[in-house]
Amino acid sequence: MSLSLVVFYLLGAVCLGGAVGVVVSRNVVHSALLLLVSLMGVAGLYLLLLAEFLALVQVLIYGGAITIIVLFVIMLTRVQEFRAMKDNPQWPLAVVAALAMFVLLAAAMIKGAPSETTRQSVSFEELGSSLFTQWAVPFEVASLVLLVALIGAIVIAREGGEE
Amino acid sequence: MEPIYVPFREANSFYRNLYDLFAEWSFWGVSPIPDWLAYFLAGFLIVFAVVNTVVIVTTIGTWVERRLIGRFQSRLGPNRWGPWGLLTPVADAVKLLSKEDTRPEGVDRWVFNLAPLVFIVSPLLVFAVIPFGKNTYIANLNIGILFIIAVTTVPTIAMFMAGWASGNRYSLFGAMRGVAQLVSYEVPMVLSIVGVLLLAGSLSLVDIVEAQRIPFILLQPLGFFIFLLAISAEMNRSPFDIVEADSELVAGFHTEYSGMKWGTFQLAEFIAPFGAASIITTLFLKGWDGPLLPSHLWFFLKVCFVWFVLLWIRATLPRLRVDQIMGLAWKFLFPLGILNLFITAAEVLVWETPTTVQLWAMVGINWVIAIVCLVAVSHLMSDKLSTRAPLAPFPVRVRRDLREVR
Repeated sequence: MSLSLVVFYLLGAVCLGGAVGVVVSRNVVHSALLLLVSLMGVAGLYLLLLAEFLALVQVLIYGGAITIIVLFVIMLTRVQEFRAMKDNPQWPLAVVAALAMFVLLAAAMIKGAPSETTRQSVSFEELGSSLFTQWAVPFEVASLVLLVALIGAIVIAREGGEE
Repeated sequence: MEPIYVPFREANSFYRNLYDLFAEWSFWGVSPIPDWLAYFLAGFLIVFAVVNTVVIVTTIGTWVERRLIGRFQSRLGPNRWGPWGLLTPVADAVKLLSKEDTRPEGVDRWVFNLAPLVFIVSPLLVFAVIPFGKNTYIANLNIGILFIIAVTTVPTIAMFMAGWASGNRYSLFGAMRGVAQLVSYEVPMVLSIVGVLLLAGSLSLVDIVEAQRIPFILLQPLGFFIFLLAISAEMNRSPFDIVEADSELVAGFHTEYSGMKWGTFQLAEFIAPFGAASIITTLFLKGWDGPLLPSHLWFFLKVCFVWFVLLWIRATLPRLRVDQIMGLAWKFLFPLGILNLFITAAEVLVWETPTTVQLWAMVGINWVIAIVCLVAVSHLMSDKLSTRAPLAPFPVRVRRDLREVR
């Protein structure tokens, strides 16, 4: 067993352990922090695949922004306003979605399993130029989504300010 | 064995030389150290050396800082232990280590204990990609500056963990202020770095140092100014220390900590200025490059100088109010950062490979723009930043609740 395989299993354990913790934990802040652990495990997996840029962006976006936003939302939500829920009526939908995702990933793994893995590092320049030429349209679509979210946030903030 | 991570083994680096030394060391024709052990030993030794150097320099730094701040404030500063109080850091360390580590009831144990560890990771990790001298660096990541940006977001989480787990309102207030502040100042910080990246054409800190024909502080005065303010805010030092404003919040997010856990927070906060000074030296002051003296000494001298400037800012300016700090980030630094980015991009587009004359023309243009913009925008914004902005809008439902109460 090569060393990178050992590291892979360790990181996989971190990811899955964190993810299970998110669901199992009864404390919602613990859930958010465990989500961070899981996402950092994913960053480690990216690093193992020599995708340094992706790994750092994962740390920056998920560690620095997404988890913080989640925590902010938890802090700003007043628990008393919501009924305590032990069960979610949407669970059949969730089961279907999870199963569909599982089938999709399993199919992808079986069909597209590479015979020999060739990891190679892509230079940052290559990544940038392909992002802004070949993949310019998806990139712009993603930024449009962010713009919409930003405008939405401003609209909501302004509604509170005026009266 | 395949290497886990190739960039560390780049030729000519500090790391590679040590690795080769271990791997090729042979004993009557047998080399007793296997590949992976050499890899591990070399890494461990370098990290051990760097971390300890940083911590020792920081320890001396705390003494210098306290003495100097004493000077700034017309008092003596610590002078009891040893000549001129030189042994004060030792006394502090002994005190902190032997102090009882109390844990208040009602804290969240795991999160409470983990927070100081998470907090100290980031200021130490910054040194992993900084070139300390010619060919002296732990790793020459080709995206080194992104590494630094990513790593500096980690304290945000640690701060939240500490503040929330303490179960103390002052702690939570401090943490929430800190998180809001750090997230806001990240934006102008990254914008000001992008100007440097455009000029250098690389994200590797080693390449950025080598790309500086003249120090980038001359080419990027506005960027330097923004970066200096943003990094001061990221370190939560006065004038941006609302996170632990002692007159308002006791000690902010680490109110409930004692003993060496508190010491870890303090250590991290004292290491941070050295990290910041190293980043500024690398990005704006031509890093380790300089005439006559050896490169490592140049780097150290420059870092000490920048560290002193940061200390000077801290000692001189009074603390800002919460809304002023947010206003400064979003209404002042953010527009200036975007302006700086556009101007730099235009210049790089016009003069792709500038001659010396064009370079100095760029310097002149940028300084004029920087001064004009700073004066103009601060005049424009002065009334908007200094008067109390209307308080952040209450969520509508809270106001509805209040009405019902009435």
